[in-house]
Amino acid sequence: MNAPHTVKRGVSLYSFQEEYFLRTMTLEQCIAQAAKLGAFGIESLAEQMMPGFPNLSDDFYAKWYEWMQRYRTTPVCHDMFLDTKKYKDRLLTQEECIQSIERDLKHAARLGCKVMRVLVFVAPKLLEKCIPLAEKYDVKMGLEVHAPWHLDHGWIMGFMEMIERTGTRHVGLIPDMGIFTKRLPRVMRDRAQRSGATPAILDYVCAEYENRTLADYVIFEVRRMGGNAVDMAFAEQCRHNVWSNPKRLLEFMPYIFHIHAKFYEMLPDCTEYSIPYEDIVPVLIQGGYDGYLSSEYEGNRHIQDAFAVDSVEQVRRQHEMFKRLLGER
Amino acid sequence: MFDKYMICEDTVRNVVKDGRVAGFELGARLPYYRGLGLSMVEDVAVSVDGEKIQRESVRVTLRGRTYTLDEMETEYEDRWEMGEVATVTVLKPGGLNAGPHTIELVERLRVAYLPFPLIGRDLKQVTVG
Repeated sequence: MNAPHTVKRGVSLYSFQEEYFLRTMTLEQCIAQAAKLGAFGIESLAEQMMPGFPNLSDDFYAKWYEWMQRYRTTPVCHDMFLDTKKYKDRLLTQEECIQSIERDLKHAARLGCKVMRVLVFVAPKLLEKCIPLAEKYDVKMGLEVHAPWHLDHGWIMGFMEMIERTGTRHVGLIPDMGIFTKRLPRVMRDRAQRSGATPAILDYVCAEYENRTLADYVIFEVRRMGGNAVDMAFAEQCRHNVWSNPKRLLEFMPYIFHIHAKFYEMLPDCTEYSIPYEDIVPVLIQGGYDGYLSSEYEGNRHIQDAFAVDSVEQVRRQHEMFKRLLGER
Repeated sequence: MFDKYMICEDTVRNVVKDGRVAGFELGARLPYYRGLGLSMVEDVAVSVDGEKIQRESVRVTLRGRTYTLDEMETEYEDRWEMGEVATVTVLKPGGLNAGPHTIELVERLRVAYLPFPLIGRDLKQVTVG
């Protein structure tokens, strides 16, 4: 049935942040859990689950490789951060920013990752200065295209211009599938209701989002309806979430070497409530995407006030969906 | 993000020093999904039964090292890791009276990619024995 393809499955350990935070899962257990789902590509956040970073010991890295061997996993991507506001009275200088990015490239290389996720707020001219370092460590720097940015956003065009002008093979894109949020996540809507929003207004906002009504109009209307603070904050979600046809990915395919498979709520039938992976995965196959779909569960923060979080089950369901869409059985 | 886990359950207790109750302490976490260098922790504000504790009376202890909030602002090496439980000590002679209290913890963080400070807030009812 399915066309041959080279789309692989992985997990960003970000997905297990609730369990790691509460110390019910260790870093090793997160890796083992991904492997158990047949998701052998591991994306990690040093500042989340590798205490002591950037001063990690040789023993730590040795243990990392042991785990990779034991669970047959592959280190795929390291997610960097850049603390431009480290000092209270001034921003980091460009030179300090470059040093921090080098620190992360070095770590990515030591983990065995070929890709490093770069936060979307990093400017193209800064990233351009880091190209020689990325070449030195042979780690590709992938700009995370994260909502409310999207592939056709002016800020992203600035990167495309830089990539094309320099001809570098060490900078590209990591689209976060949250840019294809077709309807507002139900977990966000329900959380707003528990926090005191007006149900009729929440329904109105959800409907207008699906109608692709301009966010400013929705916010204006909610204010006119007498929306309270929580209603207004929910109306703002029309700005923070974005949708476009996943076919937009095709034009950018040569520059995409990793994908964040963001999700908010996997339903019991193994479909995602708000992000239509049924429409996304076939586009990736059609475009010849050669990389990982890296699970990124972000529903915990919207349900933890009222429900027990089970990231393991949520990620399991997403991989059941991927297996189906990738023709794995 | 993790606001509801900032004050650790069942950790609030009086601290005795040199035979006197010098204050009280509680186990505290950051509300953030990653660890942060201490210089970016702008405030750890504690209130008891609606009354705000002076900033100068708050100490944060991580792995045996104790900081005032002002000292944290210029600490560029040590980090408060994700989910790590720090001991927040409030210097308050006499500590907390036995019985129920409402503790509020507000942490303000300076996160590079956010245009606004990240503020986490947790409020818990505790009983001091």
